[in-house]
Amino acid sequence: MSAHDHAEHGHGHHDHHGGHAAHGTMGSYMIGFGLSVFLTAIPFWLVMTGFFANPQTTAIIIMAFAVVQIVVHMIYFLHMNTRSEGGWSMMALIFTLVLVVITLSGSMWVMYHLNHNMMPMSVGDMSQMP
Amino acid sequence: MASAPTIDPAFLDKDGNPLFHLEHEPHHPEGSSTMLGFWMYLMSDCLIFACLFATYAVLGGNYAAGPGPKDLFDLPLVALNTAMLLFSSITYGFAMLAMEKNKIAATQGWLAITGLFGLAFLAIEMYEFAHLIHEGATPMRSGFLSAFFTLVGTHGLHVTFGIIWLVTLMIQVAKKGLIPANQRRLMCLSMFWHFLDVIWIGVFTFVYLMGMLR
Amino acid sequence: MSPHPASENSGIWKMIFGRLDWSAIPLHEPILIGTFAMVAIGGIAVLGLVTKYRLWGMLWNDWFTTVDHKRIGIMYMILGLIMFLRGFADAIMMRLQQAMAFNGSEGYLNAHHYDQIFTAHGVIMIFFVAMPMITGIMNYIVPLQIGARDVSFPFLNNFSFWMTTAGAVIVMMSLFVGEFARTGWLAYPPLSGIAYSPGVGVDYYIWGLQIAGIGTLLSGVNLIATIVKMRAPGMNMMKLPVFTWTSLCANVLIVAAFPVLTAVLALLSLDRYVGTAFFTNDMGGNPMMYVNLIWIWGHPEVYILILPLFGVFSEVTSTFSSKRLFGYSSMVYATVVIAILSYLVWLHHFFTMGSGASVNSFFGITTMVISIPTGAKLFNWLFTMYRGRIRFELPMMWTVAFMLTFTVGGMTGVLLAVPPADFVLHNSLFLIAHFHNVIIGGVLFGLFAAINYWWPKAFGYKLDTVWGKRSFWLWVVGFWFAFMPLYILGLMGVTRRMRVFDDPSLQIWFQIAAFGSLMIAAGIACMFVQFGVSIKNRDKLRDTTGDPWDGRTLEWATSSPPPDYNFAFTPVIHDNDAWADMKKRGYQRPLSGYEAIHMPSNTGTGIIIAGLSIAFSVGMIWYMWWLAGLSFVGILAVAIGHTFNYKRDFYIPKDVVERTEGERTALLATQG
Repeated sequence: MSAHDHAEHGHGHHDHHGGHAAHGTMGSYMIGFGLSVFLTAIPFWLVMTGFFANPQTTAIIIMAFAVVQIVVHMIYFLHMNTRSEGGWSMMALIFTLVLVVITLSGSMWVMYHLNHNMMPMSVGDMSQMP
Repeated sequence: MASAPTIDPAFLDKDGNPLFHLEHEPHHPEGSSTMLGFWMYLMSDCLIFACLFATYAVLGGNYAAGPGPKDLFDLPLVALNTAMLLFSSITYGFAMLAMEKNKIAATQGWLAITGLFGLAFLAIEMYEFAHLIHEGATPMRSGFLSAFFTLVGTHGLHVTFGIIWLVTLMIQVAKKGLIPANQRRLMCLSMFWHFLDVIWIGVFTFVYLMGMLR
Repeated sequence: MSPHPASENSGIWKMIFGRLDWSAIPLHEPILIGTFAMVAIGGIAVLGLVTKYRLWGMLWNDWFTTVDHKRIGIMYMILGLIMFLRGFADAIMMRLQQAMAFNGSEGYLNAHHYDQIFTAHGVIMIFFVAMPMITGIMNYIVPLQIGARDVSFPFLNNFSFWMTTAGAVIVMMSLFVGEFARTGWLAYPPLSGIAYSPGVGVDYYIWGLQIAGIGTLLSGVNLIATIVKMRAPGMNMMKLPVFTWTSLCANVLIVAAFPVLTAVLALLSLDRYVGTAFFTNDMGGNPMMYVNLIWIWGHPEVYILILPLFGVFSEVTSTFSSKRLFGYSSMVYATVVIAILSYLVWLHHFFTMGSGASVNSFFGITTMVISIPTGAKLFNWLFTMYRGRIRFELPMMWTVAFMLTFTVGGMTGVLLAVPPADFVLHNSLFLIAHFHNVIIGGVLFGLFAAINYWWPKAFGYKLDTVWGKRSFWLWVVGFWFAFMPLYILGLMGVTRRMRVFDDPSLQIWFQIAAFGSLMIAAGIACMFVQFGVSIKNRDKLRDTTGDPWDGRTLEWATSSPPPDYNFAFTPVIHDNDAWADMKKRGYQRPLSGYEAIHMPSNTGTGIIIAGLSIAFSVGMIWYMWWLAGLSFVGILAVAIGHTFNYKRDFYIPKDVVERTEGERTALLATQG
């Protein structure tokens, strides 16, 4: 065995597949599309018809649908899996998601408490503030 | 720690001595880092959107005695818009399938259809914006509207650049065919395009649908 | 702006020059005019010399358009050093002003000028000194340490450098045309909003940082891809040299944090240009959201600055103790933990904002937790030195100075992490002393260690030690003189950014601090003399081995300076101290069997787009909309045009490789 082969094996491994990330097939694209249509239509329908009397229930359900649909897009359209790029794409994605959650929830938490302490008033008052 | 490290048997020569260099250049396929690099760019773009979402989340209730989401949003229009983007996603998928089969004409055709759906999306968004501004709901009206226009507008700006890029790539495919470099570029744009879809899921859920529930 | 002469107010002038007119030239500021004269004379002299010696072609072909990571690294260092002089000039002006402005004296700087100086000092030192220099060192060293020929995206590397430079040019322009921001280095609204800062200062700030930020972000993506994809065979992640590990974490932070800065500055621009209501006091805006967002970038930023230098200290400690680094894996885990935790502490920059006890306690605790992995690192370095054969060369001296200085800075940081204490010390000179303690003691000392350590690699000769030691002692002692008084003043309640003082009993401390800053000035002078003397005596200081320090990592395996292609053969790695391992096993450098080497080609696209970006920014800053529009179209056209060029590489022919390596063989033979 020559050193050349080893390079392909050890290090060159992810290089080889790097240029050709996982592809979809006609079937996988159609499944993804079908699921997306379904996952988009339901939330719109729930909100437009006011199916649940309690808006909070609707909010939780449509958020859940959004999360599922994002996962569907990641799998069927962006072809995410744990193998592409030796797992680095997935790692980058998870890291980013953690940071997105920190940025979003952190900002909301910090700013909510700030408003609560420094401007004690109801949401309704806030929206009427000039 | 101090003991001699064990050696991967793959890097020993015939006599069992460690190799310290490769005799021949390893084959580094051109552009082998491109997909990963582009993915990281997309992740950074995702964080830009995270900031805009966070700003919308914090300022979204500050109407400054002006109109709120229920006064402004037109859900059937948003549904139509979402449909345009979803169609463009699947047609881009068809373009990629055609590309893998090395069918230039089919690839170009699907790319063109994708671009048209993208343009339709933009046109609907422009119509919506024009309508809001006409009603006096300008980005300057309140913190809520500033955050709304910026978040949705930034997404629209991305779609615009995506379309410019798509046209550029169609010209390049026409000139050079589906050479590996062009295939790589089409795959990057594919990630970009589907990524914008993912952002849009956040926009229609978080901004439009949740706005109507407020 | 001051009132315009009637003739300049006419429509056509406005259409062409926007809000630029003669009043923008600071003729009433003798200090600025003097500086301008010096810069102009110096600039003309340099341009004249370059023309006289016909160096333009060489500069353009070998440097400006280069995609070689080593040359780009050196250009980053030059940019950083030049901007360092500007940043330090601002610093010493502040120190002198504060030492003078007592007992009714107004000092020598008016408020308008002084406020620009403290803003510019912070902005320049962070964005255009520390960032370019760490990027420069990472650029130069990382590909060598992992046995690669270049970075993953060589053109992008060139482009990133020129965008950073363009940002620096925009900030420097504000010195002579218009003004710079008077808001402090983070430009908090509502002060930085259009209502309170209607001038061009904040716009210079925004565009300078946005343009440079693009460069920083892209170079972050580039270096991550390089480290992930281009490692030599056998180098798995736990065999990466520590400097490469810390660079990887720093670049991950860059890619994750800089988008936040881009977004928040974009929102501020919208407030200023379009009149939106993000950070305004009225119309439902919330200025505190800006503070919140900018620190989500700002805290990771300080770890972006320090992490690569932790790597430098690790390399230096291990090399000059002639020992393997103690606790390699704990060092790696500590770095990763710091990188993640750096996202969970941002609120400690604004405990006093009023988020209340629950929020403050959370962020206070996370801040204290982050000191644990940092402490672990310090012990690792100490245990590496323990029972080592320590050679006190200059890089090692800077490292020891770092350990002492940084520890003090770190501990005052933990004091500030306690929310109730922070309510007393917030925005006081105690804070100023703290972050200079960690940034000078950590980042700058680390950069000086790195410069002294890797200079022989980059240029083939060591730096002069006599002037190096003079610089070292003046810097270290000067640092303690300059900043310890600020701790005391801060505890006495003196706030930052003050121009004049009433209480005469404080003056002595400011005078001691000013004395310290003069010592630092002498230290900087000695450093430049050190460079000059070393260049002059380069034949005496020459190192022909490529390994002057008995190094342990791969960059010392090749010649100094390395050839364009870095390594004639791709190295194979068995150990994380790869070169020490090769030396121990009696590695013989191959003398034949060379092959042609595949390399990227130079391109001028980067510098052209950066130039257009400057034009775009000038258009935006001065409201010359035609210029902004044209340059933006130009940027798009050049960028798209660049993608039509498919021929971006070439082969270094076999005989060139043979000749280069033959010269090295001959040189090594003279060693005996």
